This record gives sequence, C-alpha cells and structure tokens, in this order.
Amino acid sequence: MGRLWSLLFLTVPILGVAIFVLAMIPGGVFDDHWLPVNINEHGQIIDDLFMFILYLTGVIFIGTGILLFWFLWKYDTETRTEPVKYTHGSHTLEIIWSILPAATLLFIAIYQMDAWASHKMVPPVDDHGDPKPALVEVTGRQFEWRLRYAGRDGELYTKDDIFTVNDLHVPVNEQVVIVVKSQDVLHSFFLPNMRIKQDVIPGMKQKVWFQANQVGQYDLVCAELCGWGHYKMRGRLWVDSADDFAKWLEQAEQEQNSTEIASASQE
Amino acid sequence: MTAVTVDDAHGHGHPEMTLRQFINTYVFSKDHKIIGLQFLFTTLLWFLVGGLLALGIRWQLAFPWQSVPVIGNLLFAAEGGQMSPEFYTTLFTMHATVMIFFVIIPILAGAFGNYLIPLMIGADDMAFPTLNMLSYWFMWPAFFCIIMSFLNPPYGAGAGWTSYPPLSSVSEAAPGSASAQTWWLLAVTLVGVSSMMGSVNYMTTILQMRAPGLTMFRLPLTIWAMFITAILQAFALPVLTAAGFMQIFDRMAGSGFFVPEGLVINNADAESGGGQPLLWQHLFWFYSHPAVYIMILPAMGMVSDILACFARKPIFGYKPMVYSISGIAGLGFIVWGHHMFVSGMNPMLGLTFMVATMMIALPSAVKVFNWLGTIWGGDIKFTTPMLFALSFVSMFVIGGLSGIFMAATPVDIFIHDTYFIVAHFHYVLFSGTAMAVFGSIYFWFPKMFGRKMNETAGKWHFFLTFMFLNGTFFLMHILGAVGFPRRLADPYHYATFKHLLPMNQFITYCAIGMVASQVIFAANFFYSIFKGPKVGRNPWNANGLEWMAPSPPGHGNFDFQPIVYRGPYEYNSPEVETDFYPQTQPPPDGVEPAADEAH
Repeated sequence: MGRLWSLLFLTVPILGVAIFVLAMIPGGVFDDHWLPVNINEHGQIIDDLFMFILYLTGVIFIGTGILLFWFLWKYDTETRTEPVKYTHGSHTLEIIWSILPAATLLFIAIYQMDAWASHKMVPPVDDHGDPKPALVEVTGRQFEWRLRYAGRDGELYTKDDIFTVNDLHVPVNEQVVIVVKSQDVLHSFFLPNMRIKQDVIPGMKQKVWFQANQVGQYDLVCAELCGWGHYKMRGRLWVDSADDFAKWLEQAEQEQNSTEIASASQE
Repeated sequence: MTAVTVDDAHGHGHPEMTLRQFINTYVFSKDHKIIGLQFLFTTLLWFLVGGLLALGIRWQLAFPWQSVPVIGNLLFAAEGGQMSPEFYTTLFTMHATVMIFFVIIPILAGAFGNYLIPLMIGADDMAFPTLNMLSYWFMWPAFFCIIMSFLNPPYGAGAGWTSYPPLSSVSEAAPGSASAQTWWLLAVTLVGVSSMMGSVNYMTTILQMRAPGLTMFRLPLTIWAMFITAILQAFALPVLTAAGFMQIFDRMAGSGFFVPEGLVINNADAESGGGQPLLWQHLFWFYSHPAVYIMILPAMGMVSDILACFARKPIFGYKPMVYSISGIAGLGFIVWGHHMFVSGMNPMLGLTFMVATMMIALPSAVKVFNWLGTIWGGDIKFTTPMLFALSFVSMFVIGGLSGIFMAATPVDIFIHDTYFIVAHFHYVLFSGTAMAVFGSIYFWFPKMFGRKMNETAGKWHFFLTFMFLNGTFFLMHILGAVGFPRRLADPYHYATFKHLLPMNQFITYCAIGMVASQVIFAANFFYSIFKGPKVGRNPWNANGLEWMAPSPPGHGNFDFQPIVYRGPYEYNSPEVETDFYPQTQPPPDGVEPAADEAH
C-alpha cells in the first residue's frame, strides 16, 4: 500500500503543474482561464512579476513534491532496503536552506519595488514636470460609480464639470489620472484589464493612473464588500480613440446642459 | 505533583454517581482532559455548521439565483427558493467567522492544547483548573451571540469576517441588519475572553509544571508550538478586544472612532464622525494576522510529532524547528499591513510590510525542509495519522508558495480580493490545519478514549478528503488568475468572468463531495468511541510522555511520577534494541545519560 500512497503524493506536483500549464496556454479545456488581456502600459510589469514568481515557486513546488514522493517510495516500511538513518539534523544543510531562500526572497522583495513605485508612488507628470491633473473623479457609493469629468477647462471642481454614472470613458494612448473616493462605505476600484485596484475610503481621496493602449469596452469591478448589492456594483470602462473620447465628452456635456435647462425651465 | 492511584480514585462510570457528581465530572469539570474533549466535541459540531454554510456559498456560485435544494423553500418561499444577496453576504460572513473563531482557534488551543499540554509535560493538570473551565464556558455566551447574529431577522451580520467599517459600524449601510453586527462583535469579543484565559493558563503550565528532567529543549514540538501560540494570543488579543469595543461604541453609543466626518449613507446622516475607517483595519489585522499563525503553528507542532513517530526517526533539526516557530511568531507581529496593500494605506508603508512578509516565508521554508529531512531515511509506516500529516506537508507547500504572490505588492494589486487569496488561505487552513487536526484526532484518539479508530475507514476518509479538497481549492488559483473577485453573489454578469461558471460548478461538486466524505469520519469517530478495539498505553510505540499514562488517563493523569531522561524523538536510537525509546525510560546500564542533542 505504501507505494500507492507515495504515488498519490506524486500526483500533486504532476496535476498541479498540468492545471497551470493548461490554463496558461491558449485553447484547450481552460481556454481564456488566465490573466485577462492587459491594456495598460504599466500593467505588463505586474504580469511579468506574476510569471516570474510563478516559475520560481513552480520549481520549488515540483522539487519538494518529487522529494516527498521519492522519500515515501524509497523508505516505505514494507519495501525499504536501507537501515534507518538515525540523525538529529545537519548544521550545514540548515545553513544552506536558510540562506538560499532568504537570498531569493530578499531578491524578490527588492526586485519588485520599482513596479510598486510606478503604480502607487510616482504619479505621471505633464510637460512642465508638474503632476498631471486628474481627468475624472470617481466616487463609489452603494451601489454605483459616480463620475465627474473635468470639463472644457481641464480642471476638476469647476462649474463646467460633467457628471455621469458607471460609464467611465478614457482616451487611448494617453496618461490618465483618476481621483477615486467614496461617499459612504468602502469600495474598491478594480480594473482587471488595467491591473489596477484601489480601495476607496470615505474621507480620503486617492489617485490611480494608467495609460491604455487598446480601445474597447472592459469591466469596472467593485472588489471590496460594500453591502448586499456589492455584486451588482458594476461599471464599464470604455477606452476610446482621442476623437471618440472628445465626441463623447461633448455629447455628455450637451446632455447635461439640456437636462439642466429642462429642469430649470420646469422650476 | 503527586502520584495519584488513578484506577480507583476517579469515578468514571460508577453507577452510584449522583447527579451532582456527574455534573462536576463531565459538565463543569476542571479536569483538563474533559475540558479538552468538551472543546473537541463542540468545535467539531461547529465544523459541520461551517461546512454546510460553505456549501450554501458554493451553491450560489455554481447555480446563481436557482432554488436552493432542501432549505430553499423553507427560507426563501417568497422568492421561489432562491437565496437573496443579503443572505449570501451573511453566508460568507458566518462561514469565515464560524471556521476561524469557533472551529480552528478553539480546536487547536482549546481541544488539543488542553488535552495534550499537561499530558505531554508530565503534569497532573493545568496550572489554573478553574480558569480553564471558565475558558470553555465563556464560549457558550459567544455561541449564543453568534446564533443571535445569524438568525437576526430578516438576515444576519453581512459585513464579512473582517467587519470593515463604515459598512459594519453605520447601521444604515446594511438596512434591516438591525443589531446583527453588534451581536457579531460581542461574539468575537467573548471568544477572545475565552482564548485569553486559555493562553495565560498554557503559558504558566508549560513554564511551571514540567516533569523533572523535562527541559525546554526536551519539549515536544507540539508543546513548543502551543507555548508560542499562547504568547501570540496574549499579546495580540487585547488589541482586537479594544477594537471590538470601539466598534460597539460606534454602533451603540454614538462615538466615531471609525466613521469619517460628514458621512451620508443611504441618504441618512451617519450622525457621528471624525474617525478613520483604516484605523479599524490596522487594529483588526494587528490581531488577525498573528491569528493566522495561531491557526497554523499548533498544527505544525502536531504534524511534527506524528511525522517523527511514523517515520521512526528523530525530528530533523529540532532546534531550527523551534527557532522557526519563534521566528514566525516574531515576524507575525509586523506583517499585518500586507492585508492592506491596496487599502489606501501609505504605499511607502506597504513596502516595509512587504519586506517583512517576504521574510516570514523563510522560517516556513525551513520547517518544510526539516519535515522532508525527517522523512528521509526513515522507516515510514503509512497509518491514517501519517497520511494526514504527510498531506499537511504537501499541501502547506502550496499554501506557502501562493503566499509569495500576495506578498509581492505589485502582484497583490491584481490578485487582492480575488479567488487567488481564497485558494491561498484555504490551502493553509483547510488543507493544512484541518488535515493536521484530522490526523491528530486519529493519532491521539486512543489516548482520549482508550480505543483505536478504524484504519480502513480512516484511509478512505483521507483519500476522499484529499482528492476533493484539491478539486475544490486548486482550481481557485486559476479563477484568481482571471481576477475572479470574492464575496460576489453573482460575478457572472461581468463579461470578464462570465465563462468561469463551469469551473465553479466543478468546484461546487467537489465541495459537496468533500463535505459528504466527512460522514465516514463522523461514523468512524462515534463508532470507535464505543466499539473500537481497546488499546494499551502506547499503541503507536511512541516516545512522548502522554503515551506513558493509562489510556484514557484518569484524574491526575499519571499513575507514577514521570522522570524525563531525553527528548521525545529518540526513535531507532542505537542505545536500545527497540525502535522507540520513551522519554521516561532510564538509560541502560553503562550508557551515559545523553546530553541534549546538538540539533
């Protein structure tokens, strides 16, 4: 029986690797079961880091899995041939297997710092080296995303701001800065295709930034539990060409003006 | 400690036992073994509850908005048996709360800690038996509160087990939840009181009541793990208790510790302010991250004991094992911020937490290598407890390695709050801790009840659980790689996640299989208590002190004064003919009493 049990433990690295490989390669049973398409210029660095850690941990996973199997196979009480190795350990081995992982982990820790900084600590600047102004302010509230675009003057919190809900339009191939905040409870501003996630906190304003490189329609997900309707707090991200974006903004402005006039005339 | 003549002194099963004696012996008992068993039975019952709650979650994720089988028409008659999104939030809140606070923490510290500590250190009981009894009975008000929270009409607490404000602290944020969240906070606080009583007791007992000759470095790793866990509890818990009271004040007394200024929720003014929601997250994780180690370290200790016993070899690197437990515990206090990388905390602070988090993988890696070293060159006996212990090692590797992804802050931006993290902590807590708990039950059952559990049934239980748990949890890594978010009642209306439904259905089938497999365990457990084959003191030929006591040990535990000559892992020692060498066995003539081993 010992041999069968050893083989059961061997299936762990085999099936584990097989599932990841099936998910990674296009086509097959797990088609499209991998990182969603990345459309952010800053996103690739995260995907690369993910894959780097995956390969590194994969090697350790396979190595320890095979060692475990081999020891069980070889030292099974029913079939073993060698006498028991009565030992309390090895100082040399302990040092080796402390220093090697420590160095590896420290390397990962330092290696990733740039990616983190570029995502969270170094907002884009304009031609003069000043922080690039935000294009839109996104406010989470139960259970929708309220958007406030800087109007013609390119500045937020002025009279010509444009207000919309849930449909986040951004221009392609341009650094976009977004201010995110919350009106009520915690939410999380999650753009899977941009590799962007930022919890929004009532009482705090934060910035996220990205540069989309592909037009299309994508999901804006709320990723922090915000109440019973959390699941339906869905927004849409539209990456438009520069022209389309300008057109959409203009149209939104007109719609807003006409409703304002309409409501003003009703009063 | 006095030697007690056990077989006559205690009153087990005497027909003339009065009701009062019965209550003192089995209900309000101060005997650590009875208290341990009380913890074991109650936590196993809660384990069943937590498992069924998980099936509710899995049902919704596999068959969203379809009529829930069995209970659907009872609970949701008006909706044609389909569960409401409110109920779904309550389900995952309660699943996590029950599993963490009512199963894993109390089954490790309460059940095994209580049962094993005095026996494994050669003591007759805990240092503070009354306090010990209270630590169990303080669980009952907690049970009452959590049931009140769950059954609160129309639906229970639904702010997640992390209870993040303002969702949890401003009642308008969860309309209809009334005082469910207050009950929840009281429940968790009371569990904390119970844990604290246990911790104080365990620390004192281990430091003060070890048998003669039992130096700290002759302690079994189970006891080392329990000792360090108790220290973790004692230092981390007060923070959670304080935070819990602050949130109760926010809810009931109009304070605003966690409520920012000028908050308007659901068109209602929050009426208090000036606070900061992130403060709760810091306080909560200051306890709840160490709690992650409280939920794994004792399991690691017990697995080490089982591995050494059935590999018939000394533990490889005993002292490095002790140091790595201490290292995990020490670093465990400065990594809580890794739960908050995308929370809005200063990203610079995130970097420091990231480095600490990366480094905590080191002691875990050292432990895995030492377990492999223990198996290497052994005489491996594939008993049921051994299979569970081996699967702990195999599965903990997965849970440990997937942690590195989350520790890498940029990667965490993407996988935070997705099923990747769900896969990660289930690999640590179910495939790790729960499997270790099963193994430990099979291992120490003969000591607890004087009978052995059925091996064939045990191996089937192991095989099915092992297969189904991997079917359930492994694919969650893949879901997480797609970005599949957790805690969503219906993720499929997002185009990004629409095609993940079949995989979720497969996971649900495996989860049902996993829960169903536990029937084998329950049947084996209860059958064996009454009908299992009787065993002597040391059915596994193990070395530990607990195996020198009668099975089950009577009141006072030992019928002789144990004197300890060596550590608990001297299997296949050249000093003796047998392949085991109990801690209490005097060295043969002519052999110098061994100095403590170098490693």
